Amino acid sequence: MQLTLEFGGGLELLCESVKIHKVNVDPPNGTEKFIMKDLLTWVRTNLIKERPEMFMKGDSVRPGVLVLVNDCDWELSGQLDTTLEDKDVVVFISTLHGG
Amino acid sequence: MEEAVMKPTKKGGGRLCCICNLRRAALKRPKTLEQICRECFYEVFEEEIHQVIVDNQLFKPGERIAIGASGGKDSTVLACVLAELNRRHNYGLDLFLLSVDEGITGYRDDSLETVKRNEVQYGLPLKIVSYKDLYGWTMDEIVKMIGLKNNCTFCGVFRRQALDRGASLLKVDKVATGHNADDIAETVLLNILRGDIARLSRCTSIVTGEDGPIPRCKPFKYTYEKEIVMYAYFKRLDYFSTECIYSPNAYRGFAREFIKDLERIRPRAILDIIKSGEDFRISTSTKMPEQGTCERCGYISSQKWCKACVLLEGLNRGLPKMGIGRSSRGLNNDPKKDKDMKQSNGTKSIENKQCGSLDF
Repeated sequence: MQLTLEFGGGLELLCESVKIHKVNVDPPNGTEKFIMKDLLTWVRTNLIKERPEMFMKGDSVRPGVLVLVNDCDWELSGQLDTTLEDKDVVVFISTLHGG
Repeated sequence: MEEAVMKPTKKGGGRLCCICNLRRAALKRPKTLEQICRECFYEVFEEEIHQVIVDNQLFKPGERIAIGASGGKDSTVLACVLAELNRRHNYGLDLFLLSVDEGITGYRDDSLETVKRNEVQYGLPLKIVSYKDLYGWTMDEIVKMIGLKNNCTFCGVFRRQALDRGASLLKVDKVATGHNADDIAETVLLNILRGDIARLSRCTSIVTGEDGPIPRCKPFKYTYEKEIVMYAYFKRLDYFSTECIYSPNAYRGFAREFIKDLERIRPRAILDIIKSGEDFRISTSTKMPEQGTCERCGYISSQKWCKACVLLEGLNRGLPKMGIGRSSRGLNNDPKKDKDMKQSNGTKSIENKQCGSLDF
C-alpha cells in the first residue's frame, strides 16, 4: 500500500532534508493490518539517516513530536494502534526547535 | 494561507468536535483534553490569548509594540495572532517585527528571509538590528576567535541587549516575545535546579523589566507548544525550523525532555509547574542583586560594567575568556562586591550556558 509521509519542524534534516516521501509498505508477515507502530519501525529503518533518537524514544515517537494521520491528531485515532490504509497521509512535526 | 485539503476519513471514528458537535475533531487539546475541530480550535486558541492579554492588561490603546521575531514557530504564530487580534478587538496598537541578526551564515540569514516574508504576509514593518552594527562583531567572527566553547554565552548576552536597543530605535513601549507555556515550565524547573532565586522569582511573570528600559511581555505564557505548532501547521504558516549551527544537540537539554515526558503522561503538568513557580514566595531576607547602570554604555547592570561590555572588551583585547565563568578575572573584580555576590547566591555571575537557556 502507498503512503505519503511528511516530515517537518526540523525532522526533515534526519532524512536527508527531504520533506515529503511517497513510500510503499506492506503489513508485517502473518498480519493483515498495518498500524502506526509498524510504520515507525519502517521509518526508522528506511528513512532516518542520522540521530534516530531525535525521532523515536522507546517504541514511539519522541515526546514533542506531533503526529497527524490525514490531518487529524493521532491522539484521537489511537496513536501507535492507528490502522493505516492505502493513500493515507502521515505527518511528523517536531516541536523541539527554537521559536 | 491555503488550508490543508482534508481527506474524508474513517479514522478516529470520525468523532465529532465537542464544542460545535458538527465537524470532525482534528486535535486533542493538551490543556483540557477536549477533542475539537479545526475551526473551533482557531477560535478558542485566539480567544484564550485575547483573554490573557485583557486580564493582564498587557497592552494599552495607542501603544507601539515590537514583536521579537526570529522566524521560528512561536514568534511567527505570535505575529499572526497579534495582528489578527489587534484588528478584531480594536486594540489600537502599532505593531512591529523586531529581529536580531547575530551574523550566523547558513542559519540566521535564512531565518531572516522568513521574517522578511512575514513582514509582507502580516503587513507589519520590520526592523533588523545586527551584532555587527551594535558590537562590531558577527557571531561567525566571534566563533572564529573563541571556538565552540562559551559562544552561546556571548550570543545570549548580546541578543538580550540587542533586542532592547532595537526596541528603543523603534521607540516602542513594549516588546512581546513568543515564550510559550512549555518554555516557562522548563525555565521554572531549571531555576529551581540551579538555585537561581532571582530568576525563579521573575521567570513566571507575564510582564518583566518594568524597571528597565523597555518592558517585555509574554502573551503565550499559558499557550501550549503543541497548539502553537498545530496552529502553524493547519494555517500553513511560513516558519523556519533549523537548529543553530553553533549549538547542535542543544535541544534545551534535560529539562526540556523531562517536561515533554511529563506532558505525555499528564498534559496539565505544564500549567501546574507554572503555577508552582508563580506561588513561590521569596523570603524578604534573601539578598537580591541591586540594579544599576553600566558605567561604559549605560545599559542596566548590577555590576560596574554590563556583561556585554565585559565580553566585548575581552574580544577587542584578544582575551575572549574575560567575563566567562565565576572566576575573578575581569573588570568587575571588586573584592567587596565579590563578597556581596557570594551572599546573594552568586546570581550575578554568568556561567557558560548551553544555548536554549531562554532569555527571561
